[in-house]
Amino acid sequence: MDKDGLIEKKDTIFHRLYESFAPKGVPSDERGRMRMVMDTLVLHLHPTKVPARTLRFTYTWGLGGLSGMLFMLLVITGIMLEMNYTPSPSQAYLDILTLRTNIWFGDLIRNMHHWSANLMIVVTFLHLLRVFFTGGHRLPRATNWIIGLAMFLLVVGANFTGYLLPWDQLAYWAITVGTSIVTYVPFIGEYLSRLILGGIEVGPSTLLNFYALHISLIPVLIVVLMSYHFWRVRKDGGLTIPKNSYQIDEQKIERVTTIPHLVRKELVYALVWFAILLVWAMFVPAPLEEIANPEISPNPAKAPWYFLGIQELLLHFHPLFGAILIPAIAVLFLFLLPFYDLETESVGVYFRSKKGKILSLVAIGMSAVLVPAWIILDEYVLNWTAWLPGWPTIISNGLIPLAFILLALIVIDDLVHRNFHTSFEERVLFMFVYLLVAFIILTIIGIFFRGPGMGLYLPWEIPVTH
Amino acid sequence: MIKKKKEQSEMNLNNVKKVNRRDMLKVVWTGLGAMALMEMGMVSVTYTQPRLAEGEFGSVIEVGVVDDYPPGSVTHISNGRFYLSRLEDGGFLAIYQRCTHLGCNVPWEQTEEKFVCPCHNSQFTPNGDVLNPPAPRALDLFPIQINDGIIKVDTGNPITRQAFDPSQVVYA
Repeated sequence: MDKDGLIEKKDTIFHRLYESFAPKGVPSDERGRMRMVMDTLVLHLHPTKVPARTLRFTYTWGLGGLSGMLFMLLVITGIMLEMNYTPSPSQAYLDILTLRTNIWFGDLIRNMHHWSANLMIVVTFLHLLRVFFTGGHRLPRATNWIIGLAMFLLVVGANFTGYLLPWDQLAYWAITVGTSIVTYVPFIGEYLSRLILGGIEVGPSTLLNFYALHISLIPVLIVVLMSYHFWRVRKDGGLTIPKNSYQIDEQKIERVTTIPHLVRKELVYALVWFAILLVWAMFVPAPLEEIANPEISPNPAKAPWYFLGIQELLLHFHPLFGAILIPAIAVLFLFLLPFYDLETESVGVYFRSKKGKILSLVAIGMSAVLVPAWIILDEYVLNWTAWLPGWPTIISNGLIPLAFILLALIVIDDLVHRNFHTSFEERVLFMFVYLLVAFIILTIIGIFFRGPGMGLYLPWEIPVTH
Repeated sequence: MIKKKKEQSEMNLNNVKKVNRRDMLKVVWTGLGAMALMEMGMVSVTYTQPRLAEGEFGSVIEVGVVDDYPPGSVTHISNGRFYLSRLEDGGFLAIYQRCTHLGCNVPWEQTEEKFVCPCHNSQFTPNGDVLNPPAPRALDLFPIQINDGIIKVDTGNPITRQAFDPSQVVYA
């Protein structure tokens, strides 16, 4: 320091090099900070100013940002794993064992990859729910809803293809059961299944196919769609702005600069989640069973957990209905949601309105009672195939139960409509919540309540068969 | 009449003339583009066809002579992933061990004389017919060839079937 109290400015090649890269520091004035957002490659994904109220944590829960962060983490840990992995049945499992025991932090990286991947399914799904419940799927944001849904399916695909790679019993049979579902697609099922598996059952070709999809095609597609998704958010005028049902009219939206208000929050949130994941990965190992044995199916053989809702449906319906038609119709209705759920007045209000909140609670309650009741009834009492001998199972175990369930849904919708005088958007909301809870219950039952022979057990009474 | 016809043909000519060079080129380019896409599509689809290795599961497997298998027996051929079922009348069926429901391996229960799937409790008779759902159809078969008493089974081409039918049985 010289006598004026100023830092002497040195000018060497190192300082010049440093100056050329180093951030110049965050400007103290608002205008300067806005410029900085515009002039920085990563930051310019954001607008220079954002509406103050969209920053409320309990509105977005930071789910979109967290999905993005998880994706980055998965790419980094994924590349590290790739360097110690050979996609062949004779080597894959040994590589995982080596990774766990002979490579510094190998186990940690594997655990992080595993848990981040599973968390990503949950987080992207919650993100989808957040957008739906605040009306963010409606025009003009319909395109982004569709892109988001497509990305969600890709995330599930990435998980599913990654599931096979450890080549243990868990992986082998989960993928066997999961891909068998494909054979029920009408007309082209067998062809599709052979295309995916590279043969008639899970084998060396399947492992290579899944490896290629997992490390190249799916991540690239996600990057492309993600870029489009971010760009689209800005083109559609940013996030939906939260409003409370009692102050719908508003003259002027208060905006604050992105730096520091948004960026600071994002960085803190990312850091907190990174810490959580790190600690979790340190103490909770990713599952690994004995090496895959194509001769012995474990009992029960279950698909990956996110498909267990569908596998539960398979226990109650002919496979064409349980595995193909019902899920396909559900996904179709989700894709088309912005084109029949049109009301824009309630965008930005969680659950549409006060009445919407009550309706959602009613839906949760009804679903939580009726769905388990139906499952128990179907398990122990209903037996359509025995009652209608000689009928094709596609009718006795497909069309007939589905018709009864659709009838029940129509009656429920009508009852709710009469008692609550619901508008169309509230009816859509009610059905969405009802079916969402039904799906979650099916998944929970599939994960925790199904034991050997896929019989119904209490979670603590499932006999050990290994 | 003739005049009218002439006018009409002139009109047609005019209509034809409306396809000018630009339009024609547009059509040609679009057509070429579509053809290129189709070529790439065909190449990709053909490229991804299952690849089968000689001598492994998926090829033709020799399982011995007819007399090795007594009538009314079910024998597991592990390298071929199938059961060789010899019916009481001496006929053979090569039954693929993969459950038609969700692809689990179906073990043969000798004491109960049936196949029982551990995954969803589907059950099958010694000729592969469904005894108990959820399996939607009988177990798949592999084609059998018997020459001079030697049995060969092609494990690359499973035959799907709804139910057992006497025409599926192969005799020596």
